[in-house]
Amino acid sequence: MQGGITKHIPWMALAVVGFVALFVIAVSRGEPISALWIVAASVSCFLVAYRYYALYIGRHVMRLDPARPTPAVYRADGLDYVPTDRRVLFGHHFAAIAGAGPLVGPVLAAQMGYLPGTMWIIFGVVLAGAVQDFMVLFISMRRDGRSLGELVRMEMGAVAGTIALIGTFIIMVIILAVLALIVVRALADSPWGMFTVAATVPLAMLMGVYTRWIRPGRIGEVSLLGFVGLILAIIYGQTIAASPVWGPLFTFTPVQLCWILVGYGAVASILPVWLLLAPRDYLSTFLKIGAIAALAIGIVIMAPPLQMPALTQYIHGGGPVWSGALFPFLFITIACGAVSGFHALIASGTTPKLIATEADAPLIGYGGMLMEAFVAIMALIGASILDPGLYFAMNSPAALTGGTPQVAAAAVTAMGFPIAPEVLVQTAKEVGEASIISRTGGAPTLAVAMAEIFSHVVGGPAMKAFWYHFAILFEALFILTAVDAGTRAGRFMLQDLIGLAVPSFRSTESFLPGLIATGLCVAAWGFFLYQGVTDPLGGVNTLWPVFGISNQMLAAIALMLGTVVLFRMKQDRHAWVTVVPTIWLLICTVSAGTLKLVSSDPAVSFVAHALKFSDAASRGDVLAPAVSMAEMERIIFNDWVDAGLCVLFLAVVLSLLVFTIRTIIEARRAAAPTAHEVFPQAVPAE
Amino acid sequence: MRELFRLMRETALLMVGQPDYQAYLDHMVRHHPGRRPMSRVAFFRDRENTRYGGKGGGRCC
Repeated sequence: MQGGITKHIPWMALAVVGFVALFVIAVSRGEPISALWIVAASVSCFLVAYRYYALYIGRHVMRLDPARPTPAVYRADGLDYVPTDRRVLFGHHFAAIAGAGPLVGPVLAAQMGYLPGTMWIIFGVVLAGAVQDFMVLFISMRRDGRSLGELVRMEMGAVAGTIALIGTFIIMVIILAVLALIVVRALADSPWGMFTVAATVPLAMLMGVYTRWIRPGRIGEVSLLGFVGLILAIIYGQTIAASPVWGPLFTFTPVQLCWILVGYGAVASILPVWLLLAPRDYLSTFLKIGAIAALAIGIVIMAPPLQMPALTQYIHGGGPVWSGALFPFLFITIACGAVSGFHALIASGTTPKLIATEADAPLIGYGGMLMEAFVAIMALIGASILDPGLYFAMNSPAALTGGTPQVAAAAVTAMGFPIAPEVLVQTAKEVGEASIISRTGGAPTLAVAMAEIFSHVVGGPAMKAFWYHFAILFEALFILTAVDAGTRAGRFMLQDLIGLAVPSFRSTESFLPGLIATGLCVAAWGFFLYQGVTDPLGGVNTLWPVFGISNQMLAAIALMLGTVVLFRMKQDRHAWVTVVPTIWLLICTVSAGTLKLVSSDPAVSFVAHALKFSDAASRGDVLAPAVSMAEMERIIFNDWVDAGLCVLFLAVVLSLLVFTIRTIIEARRAAAPTAHEVFPQAVPAE
Repeated sequence: MRELFRLMRETALLMVGQPDYQAYLDHMVRHHPGRRPMSRVAFFRDRENTRYGGKGGGRCC
């Protein structure tokens, strides 16, 4: 090594810091430790992993060649293909991968204590998540910046490509449903939150008109105006919520909100993009990046102690927030923060078309995902600095908490997390809500934590209510943007898929196929949203694991693609880099998917739950939480749909595993590399 | 400082799908000197449509 050992000394020091911090986190029990230990552990682990592991993968596994032109160079058109400064591209890529997933998953995972989540995020991202993003970026970058479906088709065949596309579409539907569900849970019976979020619609439209006719293309100006509007909406939201006339107008039940969202999703995804989608995207993107940065600064300034124990009794299962034991369910609950299959779509989307040289790929692919994992770490810290009693009162389903401070406090205290009913009432009052009991879905919990952190830095306790609603707005805003952009993307995916059978359906210009595909897409996620909203267990309990399984399965697919490509490149001896995380993800998702089908515990398995309810129904009994036979029927039907989904996911991932193994055997037999890289000279320059 | 500001501005714009207009102009001058480049506004609209109108609606959960 050039430079000798001295250049490694700072990195060794950093590794020691990381090790010590991890050690402190892992062994301390009883006394609350500072959240900064987790920050120190994750940041130093990430930096060391980036410096050594990402470099190793780039140099030896992928053999990145800085001299080889990237699609941005040989296809340069100034529009889609633009060689971009790596710092700028890092921001772009990070903004595209960061979403609600890494914020919500870790909050839910905190029911097992902060330790399992922290460990999985740190080790998961270093060995699996960042490897996946980096690998897909590399594969796409060497193949004209093509998308995941096309890449699977190129390397594993047409059938595998189609299976991957179908899988991706279903995953998209589940993601949209679960995201929408989080918004519903955050805004139900919260006139203040509802008003601020609703206000963003006319606000975005005004911004759209501004960028269309008044000052076209002035994104900076219009975003600043929009931001002022947002702050005013939060401030006046309090007055509106308190008003006897307006307050009730903005108070909705979950079911009403579900229909509002479904209607909104349908309309928003067919409106002209400049009117609503684009301007709100400005607001949500900038707010997202700003809030994440502010949260990082806030945590460092406040250095809050972790109130949550390192481990809770729920590692063995039976937790109120979500069902199942640590293995495998923790690993699917923290989906996005540690490894997220969805990133494979981003890493094979716009980013590979913008990367200026292969030498930038580690920073963008691996580094971008490390940053996302850091967001997840912050979310986990947020959930863990709250009083555990408060955390469980907020995240346990209403069936357990009864929805009142007395019952909730008694139930949570009985779990072993003592809390007084007055504290629940007081906390609700501080954040300006009528109640915070059973506000499941993760977003409200994170908002309380963010209010805690932000008010510590700016404004003190008097500002808590403002910061709470700021946090809710920040989450709801980018979830809503994801919902309509996702509905749009889902619509095109569906048109493509139906187009395989009916070619005329593919035309993105004609009106009718677009309308039908949009309708189908909204109906699909609307179905799962409605199911989640009316689920007596709170919905998150049911839908989040399905989402987690699907997302991790997509990750497994992406990593299998990576493995195939490595074997095709004749890099057999380095293939463990993707093989190890692939196997781990397959173990987690296949066992989670199977448990959801065959476990005898009705809280875990959809099938056991359906059978339990069918059984009761045939005896004429109505089981709680259903109150009528019709509700019993619906619960049973939903269970079978969810079970069917699990079967489908298992079928997708296992069939792709077969294709993977077959392709690897073929590649090993071949004497020369067989990877289908696209070479610059084969493509005419624009 | 100026450089930092330029980078931040460029990053913010690319985050919402707007690549650098100047880079586009440079590209057109270098590679297609005969063709008339799109105006700043036309470029903005074109990128807006690509990001949201087509299949580029990529963002994560």
